[in-house]
Amino acid sequence: MCGIVGLFLKDKSLEPKLGELLSEMLVSLSDRGPDSAGIAIYGSGGGKKSKITIQSADPKGDFAGLDKEVEKAIGAKVDVIVKSTHAVIEVPTDKVEAARDAILAARPSVRIMGVGEVIEIFKEVGLPADVVKRFDLTKMSGTHGIGHTRMATESAVTTMGAHPFSTGPDQCLVHNGSLSNHNNVRRELKHDGMTFETENDTEVAAAFISNKMAHGDNLGQALEKTLTDLDGFFTFVVGTKNGFGVVRDPIACKPAVMAETDQYVAFGSEYRALANLPGIEDARVWEPEPAKVYFWEH
Amino acid sequence: MPTVDLAKTSLRELNHALHQLKNGSNETAWEVINPKGSHAVAAGVDQPVQIDVRGSVGYYCGGMNDGGAITVHGSAGPGVGENMMSGTIVVKGDASQYAGATARGGLLVIEGNASSRCGISMKGIDIVVHGDIGHMSAFMAQTGTLVVLGDAGDALGDSIYEAKLFVRGKVKSLGADCVKKKMHPKHIDRLQKLLDAAGVKGVKPEEFTRYGSARTLYNFNIDNADAY
Repeated sequence: MCGIVGLFLKDKSLEPKLGELLSEMLVSLSDRGPDSAGIAIYGSGGGKKSKITIQSADPKGDFAGLDKEVEKAIGAKVDVIVKSTHAVIEVPTDKVEAARDAILAARPSVRIMGVGEVIEIFKEVGLPADVVKRFDLTKMSGTHGIGHTRMATESAVTTMGAHPFSTGPDQCLVHNGSLSNHNNVRRELKHDGMTFETENDTEVAAAFISNKMAHGDNLGQALEKTLTDLDGFFTFVVGTKNGFGVVRDPIACKPAVMAETDQYVAFGSEYRALANLPGIEDARVWEPEPAKVYFWEH
Repeated sequence: MPTVDLAKTSLRELNHALHQLKNGSNETAWEVINPKGSHAVAAGVDQPVQIDVRGSVGYYCGGMNDGGAITVHGSAGPGVGENMMSGTIVVKGDASQYAGATARGGLLVIEGNASSRCGISMKGIDIVVHGDIGHMSAFMAQTGTLVVLGDAGDALGDSIYEAKLFVRGKVKSLGADCVKKKMHPKHIDRLQKLLDAAGVKGVKPEEFTRYGSARTLYNFNIDNADAY
């Protein structure tokens, strides 16, 4: 199973409510997957500042004094905002790579969840409602976001096995389904320099798209290539810095519903996830076609 | 007329109340409000009662229906009317995948479009879709009738047995052993009755093309032995 949601706002007045809307969408799909849950939010900022979201099994020990150590290493001001097991580290955009190396050097046990100008990723083992509460996600504002609640089939129930997966700057992906050729694709991507944190099939899909975009594809082109190169069942919802995309495999067993109004584009594994969105009564609601790429950009 | 508000009453209570209805009950008209995509709304109804669902439903609405007349004033999620035995289900909006799957009787009307696998393994149900249907519809359909006013997707009627398929629009592709067939007067009659029952106006049976089984998969063909 698994439940996935996505919300791409067109109306700026809804931005302060993004976290609240997306959280409610995700919680409504809890019975599609109780193992773990996660949300990626595309928030404010960008340009000169970037964010590195990290996760630690020992947040107290790892996050204490980290700001000073990173500042010293990169020679620039750093802000650390701790949220439970995660911390969002804000650094100058031109120092992102240095900061990333400094964090891993200072705290080798922390995991990088995502990096980008505006993306923040929070994911943990547990029910969506618990994950939402743990990270105070309802208070987050942003332009778009995606979320996932997992029923694990391919790999272990761990924080790192939870979705969304982020494999490129400001990029992330959630997946309902299972891929059958992920080992081969992972091998090919490794040859091309991509690195992997897990044995998970979804991480391969995320890295595949990041790799295509790094080679110059736009989001739509990268999504088209998943249809020819990835084998298995999938409904993907993908976020980029200013974009939001959806694609389903040609068999399209995994459920998907979309809604669009003047205010937003929304995705849910089921209509339940969309049922409480503002103006849903008058929205255009449809089931995305198999093997057809949909994407929107700000 | 009982009105059940699913924002206040649990789905289990609604379905329990419907299952408690006895033959000859005076509670013959029900209204369900705020379904908000709930699963299994009015599943397992076995009395001839009218149920109006105001809004969109999730998986398996009206599943196993045996005599109920269920109208969904919205769209339906996967498996609407799955394994229906008798009665009527009308969906005013669209239906998601495998509408009417495995159903043995009754009439399912979808006034919008149906998605993939519509009527998969149908065993006697009549399905009328005002719009289009998706890929792999009527896969292994055994008996019953599927009527489509719009177009059909890929692999229509793959491995079909004796179900009758009528499509007014284009068929993207036919599945294995499904072929175009001639319309005989008895098919015109049957189709007219179904169009009437489904409330379709201004459409003539002659506008449809009939598809069914070529019956070449019914018996093992020794020439194919090498394929196994």
